[in-house]
Amino acid sequence: MRETAAVFKREFAAYFATPLAYVFIVIFLALAGAMTFFLGNFFARGQADLEPFFAWHPWLYLFLVPAVAMRLWAEERKTGTIELLLTLPVSLAGAVLGKYLAAWAFAGVALALTFPLWITVNALGAPDNGAILAGYAGSFVLAGAYLAIGASVSALTRNQVIAFVVACAVCFAFTVSGTPVVLNFFSGWAPILLVDTVASFSLLTHFQAITRGVIDLRDAVFLFSLIALCLYANVVIVEWKKGA
Amino acid sequence: MIEIDNLGKRFGAIQAVDGITLKVAKGEVLGFLGPNGAGKSTTMKMVAGYLAPSAGTARVCGFDVVENPIAVKRRLGYLPEGAPAYPDMTPRGFLKFCAELRGFTGADGAQRIARAAELTQLGAVMQQPIDTLSKGFKRRVGLAQALLHDPAVLILDEPTDGLDPNQKHDVRSLIRAMAAEKAIVISTHILEEVDAVCSRAVVIAGGRLVADGTPAEFEARSRHHNAVSIVLPAGAAAVAAAAIRAIAGVESVEQADLGDGAARLTAVPRKGRDIAAALRQAVADQGWDIAEFHIERGRLDEVFRAITQASPGARAGGAAGHA
Repeated sequence: MRETAAVFKREFAAYFATPLAYVFIVIFLALAGAMTFFLGNFFARGQADLEPFFAWHPWLYLFLVPAVAMRLWAEERKTGTIELLLTLPVSLAGAVLGKYLAAWAFAGVALALTFPLWITVNALGAPDNGAILAGYAGSFVLAGAYLAIGASVSALTRNQVIAFVVACAVCFAFTVSGTPVVLNFFSGWAPILLVDTVASFSLLTHFQAITRGVIDLRDAVFLFSLIALCLYANVVIVEWKKGA
Repeated sequence: MIEIDNLGKRFGAIQAVDGITLKVAKGEVLGFLGPNGAGKSTTMKMVAGYLAPSAGTARVCGFDVVENPIAVKRRLGYLPEGAPAYPDMTPRGFLKFCAELRGFTGADGAQRIARAAELTQLGAVMQQPIDTLSKGFKRRVGLAQALLHDPAVLILDEPTDGLDPNQKHDVRSLIRAMAAEKAIVISTHILEEVDAVCSRAVVIAGGRLVADGTPAEFEARSRHHNAVSIVLPAGAAAVAAAAIRAIAGVESVEQADLGDGAARLTAVPRKGRDIAAALRQAVADQGWDIAEFHIERGRLDEVFRAITQASPGARAGGAAGHA
């Protein structure tokens, strides 16, 4: 636990040691705002809620979260520090968890900085703050799911650009797997079970339920299982890649 | 303190390390020699718990690296090849991170960091990003990290690579100063280092251990062990060479022109013969005008080449650069 905390601390500080953190936060806030007001028609809807804000998060995370995750392991392998880290007395699982939690906390900071929107809706009307809280929680867990995918992909390569592009592609697959475009491809010939399985992997579907303020246990179980599975894959990949 | 037991590592089709068995006791400084790709770094990585062995195991302070890697890592100071460190951190931040991972926080941690920084003379650069440091300082940051917890066992992969002569001297002094209390393994390409710091050396070629001995024993294997070289005017060299060749016990005489009218004659003895006295006598009898009289201890590079090129397991290339 102490080791995981030390890894977390170092990793979290590392985001702020370079301009990365500030660039990321500024762009995240700018895009989140732009999507809410222009694409989401925040004012024209005439409703005091944050649904247009949260609705765009999967698409925003799709390419911003892999940018946070890409350095997690690829950079360690590039600089050779992975050998140092893994010969310090920390278990591989502890190191994976510490790094992941640091990235997730960083994403949480960026998300928390969108609070002026929450103030705005409260000033404009009387929103359902419970639903907003659920939206924030759902968005945070969604970011965690994308991050877990990105972290595993980052462990596969020493090249951060490759890590970014591949993570974007995998995240995209998870995002759209419930949409008609994907499902129509399968539904003609594949058994219903397969179609349903593919559909159930859609992060978009699971997230949309949460943004409406409905936290379904099944959605939560899905997202957390996905995170756990990806982190397990992360451990396996790091272990496997060490020798190669 | 270190017991390596039939350790092996295979990368796909390449057998990088092939059954190395070795013990290092407290007070020993073991030099790990071998050509590039011989399996030195791979062996060290396995003992340090970074790579999992494909065969055999290693024990550090009685703890098995396969069964109990964390216990091994707690007792081991390891400097990986190239001394990697997080480039955006300062040495202070980096050492603080390593100290926290090892469970040293607060005053204890600060004291250990100060001590490690003092031993490796990092004082002036503690607040500079590691990225901006010279190669020598980077290496010393890595060394400081390995010394932080005052470990019983130190494994240093090329600790003096990239250092200038003064820094090399400092690092060697540091290793010698710690030697009595620890078991130390260093890998190196620099053969003079073996003489300077090691109490024992092993040569690895093709993933196998091909020689094990003290530096003096290695020197004794040299053709030039107890050879005598004299420097005299070039004009007298031919006559002198003929005279020396006639001395009993001399196998051959090598002649080298040193320029400025001087030449060096090296008399190589037959195996096990001592020819120094006979040569000294010859110099006195013939009245040669010699500028230098030198008894060689043996040439390590010659022994190294003979061992690594003759051994059946040795190959060109190999498993270099596995990270």
